[in-house]
Amino acid sequence: MTGDDTRHLPLEDIHVAAGARFGAFAGWSMPLTYPAGVMKEHLHTREQAGLFDISHMKLFEVSGPEAVPLLNRACPLDAGALEISQSKLSFFLNEAGGILDDLIVTRLGDARFMVVANAGNAVADEKHLRALATDFEAKVEPLDRVFLAIQGPEAWAALSRAGIETGSLLFMHGVEPRKNWFMSRSGYTGEDGFEIGLPEADARDLVAKLLGDERVLWIGLAARDSLRLEAGLCLHGQDITPETDPASAALMWAIPKDIRASGAFIGADALRAAVERGPAQKRVGLKPEGRQPVRGGAALFDADGNPAGQVTSGGFGPSAGHPVAMGYVSTPLAKPGMRVFADVRGTKIPVDISSLPFTPHRYRKG
Amino acid sequence: MATTYFTSDHEWLRVEGGIATVGITDYAQEQLGDLVFVELPETGKKLTKGDTAVVVESVKAASDVYAPVDGEITEANGTLSSDPSLVNSAATGAGWLWKMRLADESQLAGLMDEAAYKAHIG
Repeated sequence: MTGDDTRHLPLEDIHVAAGARFGAFAGWSMPLTYPAGVMKEHLHTREQAGLFDISHMKLFEVSGPEAVPLLNRACPLDAGALEISQSKLSFFLNEAGGILDDLIVTRLGDARFMVVANAGNAVADEKHLRALATDFEAKVEPLDRVFLAIQGPEAWAALSRAGIETGSLLFMHGVEPRKNWFMSRSGYTGEDGFEIGLPEADARDLVAKLLGDERVLWIGLAARDSLRLEAGLCLHGQDITPETDPASAALMWAIPKDIRASGAFIGADALRAAVERGPAQKRVGLKPEGRQPVRGGAALFDADGNPAGQVTSGGFGPSAGHPVAMGYVSTPLAKPGMRVFADVRGTKIPVDISSLPFTPHRYRKG
Repeated sequence: MATTYFTSDHEWLRVEGGIATVGITDYAQEQLGDLVFVELPETGKKLTKGDTAVVVESVKAASDVYAPVDGEITEANGTLSSDPSLVNSAATGAGWLWKMRLADESQLAGLMDEAAYKAHIG
Protein backbone atom coordinates (compact mmCIF):
# COMPACT_ATOMS: atom_id res chain seq x y z
CA MET A 1 0.00 0.00 0.00
CA THR A 2 1.19 3.48 -0.74
CA GLY A 3 0.01 6.94 0.19
CA ASP A 4 -1.05 6.12 3.74
CA ASP A 5 0.74 6.61 7.02
CA THR A 6 0.38 3.04 8.23
CA ARG A 7 3.59 1.88 9.85
CA HIS A 8 5.04 -1.55 9.24
CA LEU A 9 6.93 -3.83 11.60
CA PRO A 10 10.64 -4.30 10.81
CA LEU A 11 10.05 -8.08 10.81
CA GLU A 12 6.91 -7.90 8.65
CA ASP A 13 8.39 -10.27 6.05
CA ILE A 14 8.72 -12.97 8.73
CA HIS A 15 5.07 -12.56 9.73
CA VAL A 16 3.96 -12.70 6.08
CA ALA A 17 5.95 -15.90 5.62
CA ALA A 18 4.32 -17.31 8.78
CA GLY A 19 0.89 -16.75 7.20
CA ALA A 20 -0.24 -13.88 9.43
CA ARG A 21 -3.50 -12.06 8.80
CA PHE A 22 -2.85 -8.34 9.30
CA GLY A 23 -5.01 -5.54 10.62
CA ALA A 24 -4.59 -1.92 11.66
CA PHE A 25 -3.87 -1.10 15.29
CA ALA A 26 -2.68 2.23 16.67
CA GLY A 27 -1.42 3.30 13.24
CA TRP A 28 0.46 0.05 12.62
CA SER A 29 -0.20 -2.91 10.36
CA MET A 30 -0.09 -5.72 12.91
CA PRO A 31 -0.42 -9.51 12.76
CA LEU A 32 -3.89 -10.23 14.19
CA THR A 33 -3.80 -14.00 13.85
CA TYR A 34 -1.62 -16.72 12.38
CA PRO A 35 -2.96 -19.89 10.73
CA ALA A 36 -3.47 -21.61 14.14
CA GLY A 37 -6.20 -19.06 14.95
CA VAL A 38 -6.92 -16.99 18.04
CA MET A 39 -8.27 -19.84 20.18
CA LYS A 40 -5.27 -22.15 19.70
CA GLU A 41 -2.82 -19.26 19.94
CA HIS A 42 -4.33 -18.17 23.24
CA LEU A 43 -4.28 -21.65 24.78
CA HIS A 44 -0.79 -22.37 23.46
CA THR A 45 0.52 -19.29 25.28
CA ARG A 46 -0.96 -20.48 28.57
CA GLU A 47 0.34 -24.03 28.05
CA GLN A 48 3.75 -23.52 26.40
CA ALA A 49 5.24 -20.33 24.96
CA GLY A 50 3.86 -17.62 22.70
CA LEU A 51 6.07 -15.23 20.73
CA PHE A 52 4.67 -11.74 20.10
CA ASP A 53 6.07 -8.95 17.93
CA ILE A 54 5.28 -5.81 19.93
CA SER A 55 7.61 -3.47 18.04
CA HIS A 56 4.73 -1.01 17.78
CA MET A 57 5.44 -0.17 21.40
CA LYS A 58 8.14 2.38 22.14
CA LEU A 59 11.18 2.31 24.36
CA PHE A 60 12.63 5.54 25.70
CA GLU A 61 15.84 5.89 27.62
CA VAL A 62 15.75 8.68 30.20
CA SER A 63 19.13 9.65 31.58
CA GLY A 64 21.09 12.43 33.20
CA PRO A 65 21.80 13.85 36.67
CA GLU A 66 18.15 14.89 37.02
CA ALA A 67 16.51 11.80 35.51
CA VAL A 68 15.00 10.95 38.91
CA PRO A 69 13.34 14.32 39.52
CA LEU A 70 12.13 14.39 35.87
CA LEU A 71 10.39 11.02 36.26
CA ASN A 72 9.01 12.01 39.67
CA ARG A 73 7.46 15.05 38.01
CA ALA A 74 6.15 13.10 34.99
CA CYS A 75 4.79 10.08 36.91
CA PRO A 76 3.28 9.34 40.34
CA LEU A 77 6.47 7.48 41.10
CA ASP A 78 9.40 7.51 43.51
CA ALA A 79 12.01 6.83 40.83
CA GLY A 80 14.86 7.25 43.33
CA ALA A 81 13.44 4.45 45.48
CA LEU A 82 13.65 1.91 42.64
CA GLU A 83 16.54 -0.50 42.95
CA ILE A 84 18.76 -1.05 39.94
CA SER A 85 16.88 -3.42 37.57
CA GLN A 86 13.54 -2.92 39.33
CA SER A 87 10.52 -2.13 37.11
CA LYS A 88 7.31 -0.41 38.08
CA LEU A 89 3.99 0.26 36.41
CA SER A 90 3.29 3.97 36.36
CA PHE A 91 1.38 6.62 34.40
CA PHE A 92 1.56 9.94 32.72
CA LEU A 93 -1.36 11.90 34.17
CA ASN A 94 -2.88 15.15 32.98
CA GLU A 95 -3.56 18.05 35.36
CA ALA A 96 -7.02 16.59 36.04
CA GLY A 97 -5.48 13.30 37.16
CA GLY A 98 -6.62 11.53 33.96
CA ILE A 99 -4.41 8.79 32.53
CA LEU A 100 -2.54 9.92 29.38
CA ASP A 101 -0.72 6.59 29.21
CA ASP A 102 0.37 3.69 31.34
CA LEU A 103 4.07 2.84 31.27
CA ILE A 104 6.65 0.51 32.70
CA VAL A 105 9.66 2.31 34.17
CA THR A 106 12.83 0.29 34.86
CA ARG A 107 15.91 1.60 36.61
CA LEU A 108 19.01 0.68 34.60
CA GLY A 109 21.56 2.72 36.57
CA ASP A 110 21.84 5.50 39.14
CA ALA A 111 20.68 8.06 36.61
CA ARG A 112 19.42 5.94 33.74
CA PHE A 113 15.90 4.53 33.21
CA MET A 114 14.00 2.67 30.50
CA VAL A 115 10.41 3.73 29.85
CA VAL A 116 8.13 1.49 27.77
CA ALA A 117 5.10 3.25 26.31
CA ASN A 118 2.01 2.17 24.38
CA ALA A 119 2.03 2.36 20.59
CA GLY A 120 -0.98 4.63 20.28
CA ASN A 121 0.49 7.18 22.67
CA ALA A 122 4.18 6.96 21.77
CA VAL A 123 4.34 10.22 19.80
CA ALA A 124 2.40 12.19 22.42
CA ASP A 125 4.41 10.58 25.23
CA GLU A 126 7.70 11.58 23.65
CA LYS A 127 6.53 15.16 23.15
CA HIS A 128 5.21 15.33 26.72
CA LEU A 129 8.39 13.93 28.26
CA ARG A 130 10.67 16.11 26.13
CA ALA A 131 8.73 19.23 27.10
CA LEU A 132 9.08 18.35 30.78
CA ALA A 133 12.75 17.50 30.34
CA THR A 134 13.60 21.09 29.39
CA ASP A 135 13.26 21.96 33.11
CA PHE A 136 15.67 19.23 34.15
CA GLU A 137 19.20 18.16 33.42
CA ALA A 138 18.05 14.99 31.71
CA LYS A 139 17.61 13.70 28.20
CA VAL A 140 14.94 11.58 26.56
CA GLU A 141 16.08 9.24 23.82
CA PRO A 142 13.62 7.13 21.79
CA LEU A 143 15.31 3.85 20.89
CA ASP A 144 15.12 2.16 17.51
CA ARG A 145 14.50 -1.45 18.50
CA VAL A 146 12.56 -4.52 17.57
CA PHE A 147 10.49 -5.43 20.63
CA LEU A 148 9.51 -9.05 21.21
CA ALA A 149 7.56 -10.71 24.00
CA ILE A 150 7.77 -14.37 24.84
CA GLN A 151 5.11 -15.48 27.28
CA GLY A 152 4.05 -18.72 28.91
CA PRO A 153 5.36 -21.38 31.29
CA GLU A 154 8.01 -22.58 28.80
CA ALA A 155 9.21 -19.07 27.89
CA TRP A 156 12.30 -19.21 30.10
CA ALA A 157 13.27 -22.66 28.85
CA ALA A 158 12.86 -21.66 25.20
CA LEU A 159 15.05 -18.60 25.78
CA SER A 160 17.60 -20.78 27.52
CA ARG A 161 17.74 -23.14 24.53
CA ALA A 162 18.20 -20.07 22.32
CA GLY A 163 21.24 -19.13 24.40
CA ILE A 164 19.67 -16.53 26.69
CA GLU A 165 19.81 -17.30 30.37
CA THR A 166 17.19 -15.60 32.48
CA GLY A 167 17.93 -17.42 35.75
CA SER A 168 17.95 -14.79 38.49
CA LEU A 169 15.72 -12.24 36.79
CA LEU A 170 12.42 -11.92 38.68
CA PHE A 171 9.02 -10.56 37.66
CA MET A 172 9.07 -6.79 37.14
CA HIS A 173 12.82 -6.55 36.79
CA GLY A 174 14.79 -5.62 33.70
CA VAL A 175 18.41 -5.78 32.60
CA GLU A 176 20.65 -5.12 29.58
CA PRO A 177 22.02 -8.59 28.81
CA ARG A 178 23.83 -7.54 25.60
CA LYS A 179 24.78 -4.34 23.84
CA ASN A 180 21.62 -2.42 22.93
CA TRP A 181 19.37 -5.11 24.43
CA PHE A 182 16.81 -4.57 27.13
CA MET A 183 15.12 -7.60 28.67
CA SER A 184 12.51 -7.54 31.40
CA ARG A 185 10.56 -10.32 33.07
CA SER A 186 7.11 -8.92 32.44
CA GLY A 187 4.30 -9.08 29.95
CA TYR A 188 0.67 -8.65 29.11
CA THR A 189 -0.76 -12.14 29.46
CA GLY A 190 -0.69 -12.98 33.18
CA GLU A 191 1.92 -15.68 32.47
CA ASP A 192 5.58 -15.79 33.32
CA GLY A 193 7.43 -14.24 30.42
CA PHE A 194 9.83 -11.71 29.02
CA GLU A 195 9.89 -8.61 26.86
CA ILE A 196 13.05 -8.03 24.88
CA GLY A 197 14.03 -4.88 22.98
CA LEU A 198 16.95 -5.47 20.61
CA PRO A 199 18.45 -4.39 17.27
CA GLU A 200 16.79 -5.80 14.15
CA ALA A 201 19.66 -8.07 13.10
CA ASP A 202 19.82 -9.62 16.58
CA ALA A 203 16.04 -9.98 16.57
CA ARG A 204 16.05 -11.92 13.29
CA ASP A 205 18.63 -14.28 14.73
CA LEU A 206 16.73 -14.74 18.00
CA VAL A 207 13.38 -15.27 16.25
CA ALA A 208 14.88 -17.96 14.01
CA LYS A 209 16.26 -19.77 17.06
CA LEU A 210 13.03 -19.49 19.03
CA LEU A 211 10.83 -20.66 16.16
CA GLY A 212 13.09 -23.69 15.81
CA ASP A 213 11.78 -24.75 19.22
CA GLU A 214 8.53 -26.71 18.94
CA ARG A 215 7.27 -25.08 22.15
CA VAL A 216 7.23 -21.62 20.56
CA LEU A 217 4.48 -20.28 18.26
CA TRP A 218 3.82 -16.81 16.88
CA ILE A 219 0.82 -15.22 18.60
CA GLY A 220 -1.19 -12.38 17.07
CA LEU A 221 -2.83 -9.30 18.48
CA ALA A 222 -6.24 -11.00 18.77
CA ALA A 223 -4.95 -13.55 21.30
CA ARG A 224 -2.84 -10.87 22.97
CA ASP A 225 -6.12 -9.07 23.68
CA SER A 226 -7.98 -12.13 25.01
CA LEU A 227 -4.96 -13.08 27.14
CA ARG A 228 -4.64 -9.66 28.74
CA LEU A 229 -8.39 -9.41 29.30
CA GLU A 230 -8.48 -12.74 31.15
CA ALA A 231 -5.48 -11.49 33.16
CA GLY A 232 -7.47 -8.35 34.09
CA LEU A 233 -4.90 -6.03 32.52
CA CYS A 234 -6.00 -2.66 31.13
CA LEU A 235 -5.75 -1.53 27.52
CA HIS A 236 -5.13 2.22 27.34
CA GLY A 237 -7.70 3.94 25.15
CA GLN A 238 -10.33 1.42 26.23
CA ASP A 239 -10.18 0.57 29.93
CA ILE A 240 -8.18 3.60 30.96
CA THR A 241 -8.26 6.95 29.17
CA PRO A 242 -7.48 10.62 29.84
CA GLU A 243 -11.00 10.75 31.32
CA THR A 244 -10.31 8.08 33.95
CA ASP A 245 -8.02 8.54 36.96
CA PRO A 246 -6.08 5.80 38.78
CA ALA A 247 -8.60 5.80 41.67
CA SER A 248 -11.61 4.98 39.48
CA ALA A 249 -9.46 2.59 37.43
CA ALA A 250 -8.61 0.64 40.62
CA LEU A 251 -4.91 1.19 39.92
CA MET A 252 -3.91 3.10 43.06
CA TRP A 253 -1.78 0.09 44.05
CA ALA A 254 0.71 1.30 41.44
CA ILE A 255 1.26 4.57 43.36
CA PRO A 256 3.37 4.38 46.54
CA LYS A 257 1.58 5.67 49.67
CA ASP A 258 3.97 8.53 50.39
CA ILE A 259 3.77 9.65 46.75
CA ARG A 260 -0.04 9.71 46.97
CA ALA A 261 0.29 11.94 50.05
CA SER A 262 3.09 14.28 49.07
CA GLY A 263 4.34 13.58 45.53
CA ALA A 264 4.74 16.59 43.23
CA PHE A 265 3.77 14.76 40.03
CA ILE A 266 1.54 16.31 37.41
CA GLY A 267 -2.08 15.75 38.40
CA ALA A 268 -1.25 15.24 42.10
CA ASP A 269 -3.76 17.78 43.43
CA ALA A 270 -6.59 16.50 41.24
CA LEU A 271 -5.84 12.88 42.11
CA ARG A 272 -5.77 13.65 45.84
CA ALA A 273 -9.13 15.41 45.53
CA ALA A 274 -10.55 12.45 43.58
CA VAL A 275 -9.37 10.00 46.22
CA GLU A 276 -10.86 12.16 48.99
CA ARG A 277 -14.23 12.45 47.18
CA GLY A 278 -14.21 8.76 46.34
CA PRO A 279 -14.71 7.75 42.71
CA ALA A 280 -18.28 7.73 41.39
CA GLN A 281 -17.48 4.66 39.30
CA LYS A 282 -14.89 1.92 39.62
CA ARG A 283 -13.30 -0.51 37.20
CA VAL A 284 -14.34 -4.12 37.82
CA GLY A 285 -14.29 -7.54 36.21
CA LEU A 286 -17.56 -8.55 34.53
CA LYS A 287 -18.69 -12.12 33.98
CA PRO A 288 -21.67 -12.38 31.63
CA GLU A 289 -24.08 -15.21 32.33
CA GLY A 290 -24.24 -17.82 29.57
CA ARG A 291 -22.17 -18.00 26.40
CA GLN A 292 -22.87 -14.71 24.67
CA PRO A 293 -19.96 -12.25 24.79
CA VAL A 294 -20.60 -8.71 25.97
CA ARG A 295 -18.39 -6.23 24.11
CA GLY A 296 -16.75 -2.91 24.92
CA GLY A 297 -19.25 -0.06 24.62
CA ALA A 298 -22.24 -2.00 25.96
CA ALA A 299 -24.26 -0.03 28.52
CA LEU A 300 -24.84 -1.52 31.98
CA PHE A 301 -28.01 -1.18 34.07
CA ASP A 302 -28.99 -2.09 37.61
CA ALA A 303 -31.90 -4.42 38.42
CA ASP A 304 -34.33 -1.48 38.26
CA GLY A 305 -33.14 -0.46 34.80
CA ASN A 306 -31.17 2.59 35.93
CA PRO A 307 -27.86 3.31 34.17
CA ALA A 308 -25.09 1.65 36.18
CA GLY A 309 -21.99 1.96 34.00
CA GLN A 310 -20.45 0.61 30.81
CA VAL A 311 -18.33 -2.21 29.47
CA THR A 312 -14.88 -1.09 28.26
CA SER A 313 -13.45 -4.42 27.01
CA GLY A 314 -15.22 -7.68 26.45
CA GLY A 315 -14.91 -10.92 24.58
CA PHE A 316 -14.56 -14.62 25.11
CA GLY A 317 -11.92 -16.08 27.44
CA PRO A 318 -10.60 -19.29 25.84
CA SER A 319 -8.89 -20.41 29.09
CA ALA A 320 -11.72 -19.24 31.33
CA GLY A 321 -14.18 -21.04 29.03
CA HIS A 322 -16.77 -18.29 29.25
CA PRO A 323 -17.24 -14.69 28.17
CA VAL A 324 -15.09 -12.19 30.08
CA ALA A 325 -15.25 -8.41 30.26
CA MET A 326 -14.26 -5.41 32.28
CA GLY A 327 -15.80 -2.02 32.70
CA TYR A 328 -16.92 0.67 35.07
CA VAL A 329 -19.89 0.47 37.43
CA SER A 330 -21.15 2.92 40.06
CA THR A 331 -19.15 2.45 43.25
CA PRO A 332 -21.92 0.87 45.40
CA LEU A 333 -22.20 -1.91 42.77
CA ALA A 334 -18.43 -2.40 42.42
CA LYS A 335 -18.21 -5.51 44.60
CA PRO A 336 -17.85 -9.16 43.57
CA GLY A 337 -21.23 -10.85 43.65
CA MET A 338 -23.25 -7.78 42.66
CA ARG A 339 -25.27 -8.18 39.48
CA VAL A 340 -25.89 -5.75 36.66
CA PHE A 341 -27.38 -6.14 33.19
CA ALA A 342 -25.69 -5.42 29.85
CA ASP A 343 -27.65 -4.24 26.88
CA VAL A 344 -26.65 -6.34 23.86
CA ARG A 345 -28.64 -5.46 20.75
CA GLY A 346 -31.71 -4.79 22.87
CA THR A 347 -31.47 -7.88 25.09
CA LYS A 348 -30.51 -7.46 28.75
CA ILE A 349 -27.84 -10.01 29.68
CA PRO A 350 -27.16 -10.65 33.39
CA VAL A 351 -23.56 -9.82 34.28
CA ASP A 352 -21.92 -10.58 37.63
CA ILE A 353 -19.28 -8.31 39.07
CA SER A 354 -16.21 -10.52 39.31
CA SER A 355 -12.81 -10.17 40.91
CA LEU A 356 -9.87 -9.90 38.51
CA PRO A 357 -8.00 -11.69 37.07
CA PHE A 358 -10.26 -14.34 35.50
CA THR A 359 -7.21 -16.58 35.01
CA PRO A 360 -4.71 -16.65 37.91
CA HIS A 361 -1.43 -14.81 37.32
CA ARG A 362 1.59 -17.08 37.20
CA TYR A 363 4.42 -14.61 37.58
CA ARG A 364 7.90 -15.65 38.74
CA LYS A 365 8.26 -13.50 41.82
CA GLY A 366 11.04 -15.35 43.57
CA MET B 1 -33.01 -31.00 -6.93
CA ALA B 2 -31.26 -28.44 -4.75
CA THR B 3 -29.53 -25.46 -6.33
CA THR B 4 -26.82 -23.56 -4.45
CA TYR B 5 -26.43 -19.80 -4.72
CA PHE B 6 -23.89 -17.38 -3.24
CA THR B 7 -23.99 -13.71 -2.23
CA SER B 8 -21.33 -11.01 -2.27
CA ASP B 9 -21.66 -10.97 1.56
CA HIS B 10 -20.17 -14.50 1.59
CA GLU B 11 -23.34 -16.43 2.30
CA TRP B 12 -24.54 -19.58 0.59
CA LEU B 13 -28.17 -20.67 0.03
CA ARG B 14 -29.22 -24.17 -0.85
CA VAL B 15 -32.73 -23.97 -2.30
CA GLU B 16 -35.09 -26.90 -2.54
CA GLY B 17 -38.89 -26.83 -2.70
CA GLY B 18 -39.18 -23.14 -1.90
CA ILE B 19 -37.02 -23.44 1.25
CA ALA B 20 -33.51 -22.02 1.43
CA THR B 21 -30.92 -23.32 3.88
CA VAL B 22 -28.50 -20.45 4.57
CA GLY B 23 -24.96 -20.38 5.93
CA ILE B 24 -21.71 -18.51 5.54
CA THR B 25 -18.97 -19.62 3.18
CA ASP B 26 -15.69 -21.19 4.14
CA TYR B 27 -13.99 -17.97 3.10
CA ALA B 28 -16.21 -16.03 5.53
CA GLN B 29 -15.60 -18.33 8.50
CA GLU B 30 -11.87 -18.08 7.87
CA GLN B 31 -12.06 -14.29 7.92
CA LEU B 32 -14.09 -14.31 11.15
CA GLY B 33 -11.88 -16.75 13.02
CA ASP B 34 -12.97 -19.02 15.88
CA LEU B 35 -16.67 -18.51 16.65
CA VAL B 36 -17.78 -18.66 20.27
CA PHE B 37 -21.48 -17.74 19.99
CA VAL B 38 -24.23 -17.62 17.38
CA GLU B 39 -27.34 -15.56 18.07
CA LEU B 40 -30.07 -17.49 16.26
CA PRO B 41 -33.38 -16.14 14.95
CA GLU B 42 -36.80 -17.28 16.14
CA THR B 43 -38.90 -19.50 13.93
CA GLY B 44 -41.64 -17.54 12.19
CA LYS B 45 -39.67 -14.31 12.01
CA LYS B 46 -40.25 -12.49 8.71
CA LEU B 47 -37.17 -10.99 7.11
CA THR B 48 -36.62 -8.58 4.27
CA LYS B 49 -33.49 -8.88 2.18
CA GLY B 50 -30.70 -7.03 4.03
CA ASP B 51 -32.17 -7.49 7.54
CA THR B 52 -29.86 -8.97 10.16
CA ALA B 53 -30.87 -12.61 10.52
CA VAL B 54 -28.07 -13.96 12.73
CA VAL B 55 -25.16 -12.50 14.69
CA VAL B 56 -22.00 -14.58 14.78
CA GLU B 57 -19.50 -13.78 17.50
CA SER B 58 -15.81 -14.59 17.33
CA VAL B 59 -13.41 -14.23 20.25
CA LYS B 60 -12.85 -10.66 19.17
CA ALA B 61 -15.94 -9.28 17.44
CA ALA B 62 -19.61 -9.64 16.57
CA SER B 63 -20.66 -9.72 12.90
CA ASP B 64 -24.11 -9.57 11.33
CA VAL B 65 -25.28 -12.15 8.82
CA TYR B 66 -27.97 -10.67 6.58
CA ALA B 67 -31.03 -12.20 5.00
CA PRO B 68 -29.99 -12.69 1.35
CA VAL B 69 -33.62 -12.66 0.18
CA ASP B 70 -37.10 -11.99 1.62
CA GLY B 71 -38.76 -14.78 3.56
CA GLU B 72 -39.83 -16.35 6.82
CA ILE B 73 -37.61 -18.34 9.18
CA THR B 74 -38.74 -21.98 9.34
CA GLU B 75 -35.87 -23.36 11.42
CA ALA B 76 -32.65 -22.26 13.13
CA ASN B 77 -29.69 -24.58 13.61
CA GLY B 78 -30.03 -25.20 17.35
CA THR B 79 -26.90 -27.36 17.44
CA LEU B 80 -24.89 -24.14 17.18
CA SER B 81 -26.04 -23.05 20.66
CA SER B 82 -23.85 -25.73 22.18
CA ASP B 83 -21.23 -25.95 19.44
CA PRO B 84 -20.74 -22.68 17.54
CA SER B 85 -17.39 -23.97 16.23
CA LEU B 86 -19.34 -26.12 13.73
CA VAL B 87 -19.54 -22.97 11.61
CA ASN B 88 -15.74 -23.01 11.41
CA SER B 89 -15.30 -26.72 10.89
CA ALA B 90 -18.25 -27.32 8.53
CA ALA B 91 -19.39 -23.94 7.20
CA THR B 92 -21.22 -25.34 4.19
CA GLY B 93 -22.57 -28.44 5.93
CA ALA B 94 -23.45 -29.03 9.60
CA GLY B 95 -22.65 -25.38 10.33
CA TRP B 96 -25.69 -24.03 8.45
CA LEU B 97 -27.42 -21.13 10.23
CA TRP B 98 -31.12 -21.05 9.35
CA LYS B 99 -33.79 -22.19 6.90
CA MET B 100 -36.30 -19.80 5.37
CA ARG B 101 -39.38 -20.03 3.16
CA LEU B 102 -38.75 -17.80 0.16
CA ALA B 103 -41.24 -14.98 -0.36
CA ASP B 104 -40.18 -14.28 -3.93
CA GLU B 105 -38.11 -16.86 -5.80
CA SER B 106 -37.35 -14.34 -8.53
CA GLN B 107 -34.88 -12.70 -6.09
CA LEU B 108 -32.61 -15.72 -6.56
CA ALA B 109 -31.82 -14.52 -10.06
CA GLY B 110 -29.68 -11.74 -8.60
CA LEU B 111 -27.37 -14.17 -6.77
CA MET B 112 -24.15 -15.85 -7.90
CA ASP B 113 -23.44 -19.44 -8.77
CA GLU B 114 -20.34 -21.15 -7.40
CA ALA B 115 -18.10 -20.21 -10.32
CA ALA B 116 -19.08 -16.56 -10.07
CA TYR B 117 -18.53 -16.59 -6.30
CA LYS B 118 -15.08 -18.13 -6.68
CA ALA B 119 -14.19 -15.36 -9.12
CA HIS B 120 -15.63 -12.83 -6.63
CA ILE B 121 -13.29 -13.87 -3.80
CA GLY B 122 -10.39 -14.21 -6.20
